[in-house]
Amino acid sequence: MSVLSAYQVSKFFGNFPALRNLTFELEAGECIALLGRNGAGKTTLLQLMAGLTRPTDGKLEVARRVSLLGHGIGVYDELSARENLLFFASLSPNKIDVEAWLERVNLKEVANAPLREYSRGMRQRLALARTFMGEPELLLLDEPFTSLDDKATALLQTLLADALARKSTIVLSTHQIPEAMAMATRILFLERGKLGYYGPRPDEMLDDSTWIYRTYGANL
Amino acid sequence: MLHLSWVVFLKDVRMEFRGKEALNASLAFALVVLILFSFAFDPTSEQIREITGGLLWILFAFSGVLLVNRSFVREQSNDCLDILIVSKVPASSLLLGKTLANLVFILMIESVCLPVFSVLYNINLFQLPLWLLGTCMLASWAIAILGTVFAAMTVKLRLRELMLPVMLYPMIIPALAAAMYLTNLVAAGKVPEGDDLIWVRLLVGFDIIFTTLALGLIDTILVD
Repeated sequence: MSVLSAYQVSKFFGNFPALRNLTFELEAGECIALLGRNGAGKTTLLQLMAGLTRPTDGKLEVARRVSLLGHGIGVYDELSARENLLFFASLSPNKIDVEAWLERVNLKEVANAPLREYSRGMRQRLALARTFMGEPELLLLDEPFTSLDDKATALLQTLLADALARKSTIVLSTHQIPEAMAMATRILFLERGKLGYYGPRPDEMLDDSTWIYRTYGANL
Repeated sequence: MLHLSWVVFLKDVRMEFRGKEALNASLAFALVVLILFSFAFDPTSEQIREITGGLLWILFAFSGVLLVNRSFVREQSNDCLDILIVSKVPASSLLLGKTLANLVFILMIESVCLPVFSVLYNINLFQLPLWLLGTCMLASWAIAILGTVFAAMTVKLRLRELMLPVMLYPMIIPALAAAMYLTNLVAAGKVPEGDDLIWVRLLVGFDIIFTTLALGLIDTILVD
């Protein structure tokens, strides 16, 4: 079952083509590593998938329940952890047990404290709870491992494994290839806005993280 | 849709009451202007009765901008606006919730300023309380709905504090003119009747037209 299908999708900023004629489908239960050099169009593609911007050309169909973990943590500093999760839970069509999620990310004891008093690690765990709690069909993660502490990294890996087990689709944009390859079932490689490679994760990537850049990057 | 608007409304009110940044700034600004003008005009003169509506509604429009400007800035920190868009909250629900919150904030400023004005300028504004309330509700809604839409349009601009009033004030002139006229009548203790009612109709029509336009366009404004 397809959770996202893109047909001839292009995105221009003025005359600059950020993405050109991308055609691909994401199936349920897959983990896609979105790779590419800086400026290849990874963030633009994630924004298109998230519905934050519209394609200039082409057709993009996305599942209804999408969740995003971007560069910002997407929670309100003025509210407590409980208030944040209750707010986002009330926007979701699914019934969400906020108390269970507070327990799961180990924030239950400080759930009523304002976010300003939280450490960076606690804020990151709250952001993970906010991202995963609606059991979204499509999870869009932009550099999720960057600057996570050990506790949050372990939590993220568990949450990703659980999400895959219940057939959520995960798109992981990252420069940290070893972490991504441990989980990815497919790779979507962008080179200067074009689709360089989209297919199963090549075994070569497990040992050589630059393999895809050398093999498919130069041809475009 | 209304349920989601209510959720957004409660969240915005809770956040504002916790920090009170915009409310405090707006109230302080409004009171300072009222006090400064009280030195400039003779409270016993007839002239002050003629400019009551003008003075009050220019003041509310200026202090209202300080409030509505925060609507979407609040969502900018930590990229919360992106999360709201991704979570498929209808943009119209988001706008409605934020407009309701802004309406409450503006009415709070007015509820403090109107009695202060009455005392400082020796004018009883409460002779026709229902007409005063109706005028305040309708004109404040006009400021809130248009202000919130323009706040959404300008939120990503570096000069948003400047751009918001530049875009907003020319658009709300009809609503402000109607509110000024009706407030002058209320201050004089005259019930609007006959030709005066055209100003009420203008205010109601303005609110309906711009609320409909705003709800229809907000999706395009939020997603480029």
